[in-house]
Amino acid sequence: MSTHDHRLYLDEVTVSFDGFKALNQLSLYVDPGELLCIIGPNGAGKTTMMDVITGKTRPDSGTVFFGNTIDLLTLSEAQIVAAGIGRKFQKPTVFEQLTVAENLELALAGNRSFLKALRARTSPAQRARIKEVLGIIGLTEQQNVPGRVLAHGQKQWLEIGMLLMQNPELLLVDEPVAGMTPQEIERTAELLVSLSGDHSVVVVEHDMAFVRSIARRVIVLHEGSVIAEGGMDAVQANSRVIEVYLGE
Amino acid sequence: MSSRLWHAAERGEVWLAAVLALVALAAPVLNLFVPATSSLHLSTYGITLIGKYLCYSMLALSVDLIWGYCGILSLGQTAFFSLGGYAMGMYLMRQIGPRGVYGDPILPDFMVFLNWKSLPWFWQGFNHFPYALIMMVAAPGALALVFGWFAFRSRVSGVYFSIITQALTYALMLAFFRNDMGFGGNNGFTDFKDILGFDLHSDGTRVVLLVLTVAALAGSYLLCRYLTGSRAGRVMRAIRDAESRTRFLGYPVESYKLWAFVLSAAIAGVAGALYVPQVGIINPSEFAPINSIEAVIWVAVGGRGTLYGAIAGAVLVNYAKTYLTGAFPEVWLFALGALFVCVTLLLPRGLAGLLPGRAERNGEKGSPKRALVGLSPGRVQNK
Repeated sequence: MSTHDHRLYLDEVTVSFDGFKALNQLSLYVDPGELLCIIGPNGAGKTTMMDVITGKTRPDSGTVFFGNTIDLLTLSEAQIVAAGIGRKFQKPTVFEQLTVAENLELALAGNRSFLKALRARTSPAQRARIKEVLGIIGLTEQQNVPGRVLAHGQKQWLEIGMLLMQNPELLLVDEPVAGMTPQEIERTAELLVSLSGDHSVVVVEHDMAFVRSIARRVIVLHEGSVIAEGGMDAVQANSRVIEVYLGE
Repeated sequence: MSSRLWHAAERGEVWLAAVLALVALAAPVLNLFVPATSSLHLSTYGITLIGKYLCYSMLALSVDLIWGYCGILSLGQTAFFSLGGYAMGMYLMRQIGPRGVYGDPILPDFMVFLNWKSLPWFWQGFNHFPYALIMMVAAPGALALVFGWFAFRSRVSGVYFSIITQALTYALMLAFFRNDMGFGGNNGFTDFKDILGFDLHSDGTRVVLLVLTVAALAGSYLLCRYLTGSRAGRVMRAIRDAESRTRFLGYPVESYKLWAFVLSAAIAGVAGALYVPQVGIINPSEFAPINSIEAVIWVAVGGRGTLYGAIAGAVLVNYAKTYLTGAFPEVWLFALGALFVCVTLLLPRGLAGLLPGRAERNGEKGSPKRALVGLSPGRVQNK
């Protein structure tokens, strides 16, 4: 493994399911503090890629490094979360009966055992962190309402907030704006842009207007490999991308 | 902690504390010091009945702890109740000594009748009250630990868990019916004489048992309150509402379920142990699956997920049962079924949902739809 300065580094990763190659020699990197968007048609391998990074799926070959030293292929899902990778799934799942603040409290980093949790008191530092994250995700006013009464977009933000509680170095965000109103999309764009810098953020998204509004660098996946990479304008002008998106 | 508890006390809890204190103070006075001729006199039958309701309340509490807060619907909760009861029963049987029908100083009557020559190993030590006391908690706790460990580790949940707990209590019932198990077969244990040297048939002992039951109920309540109010309690509710999400946050879900299940079994065991000296008998029919289902109905009626609701439900439904089985015996089961249907459809959060403070604080009223989902044992999250 050569040294590099990337936050996340995938090299020639291949995953096949019954002969079908979901990922085919996929190589890509994510830089510290970068906001990277990944687009691609259905079946391009976007979700499989996320699964490989989070340890849910093991590749047939290839290497996946987090920073220079952490080989993600040797870690369990829980260890990968602890190492600093947070994943936001497509469908928002928050704890409906717990308040917004309590949702964030449960996501605090720390010992997860029953006996520790039985005696746990939220320290002033943790309280401050909860307050800070409430501000970041714009739910300060809703902190004492149960999760179930939140609007769809607010649930998505709360879930991003739950990831932030563990202060991950890398955030993987799967289709964050699906089903959102235009105002919510705009707010989500601001949120993700504000998170980059402190965190590396990888967004997988279908909504082109949304990607255009946030992306610095875009990667287009097709049949398990990168077919184009660069700014949004360059990518959209790429003939291979046009062919893939518009059909033969 | 006490000030925190006090500030957070809900209206239902204040009522509960008041009623329990009243029972603990008034019942002894009305029984022991008001002459039997007075209309205010509380009969010893009344004392026993109240004690029985309170034991059932503890059982309801134990059901609510795992079902209401952790989403585990156990339909075999009376297995733990009965094991606690049998542990107490074994102690009481040993206390009879040579006063039994056959006059054997060591062996209980049923063993003499079966021509047994010596006490089986598992009966050793039950003549000592402290040992029996430990077993009242340890036996149900150990069963829950082993059973729960296998069930939760294999990710058995929802309706499947309910079914195997039902099978568990049924299997125990069949086992305890057998004479050669050494637990008195279908007759179980009865004809108890005294407990710790006090005559079980005296009014004074009865009253003390009732007061002890009130204390045990209050203690279990505070334990459950402490647990559900802690971060561990919030994790339990998180497991109830979105199990795989909780696991994804890094919580060892199986361990939380196991702790809750074992604690709940221990509470049920203590309830059973207090029940036996007051009603004077324990036999295998206590294990019957229908009893466990009734306990779940008490909790649903009182309000799942509110500890005081579980207690209120147990008392009210059992009072109705006492009244109806006396006045109209054939109606009882229909009434119970109708009650369950009505509560499910019309009172999604049980009687506790009628308390104004609670509804306002949650900012919404429960809808019938939510109730059905909430009561359905087969709800499987995130599959």
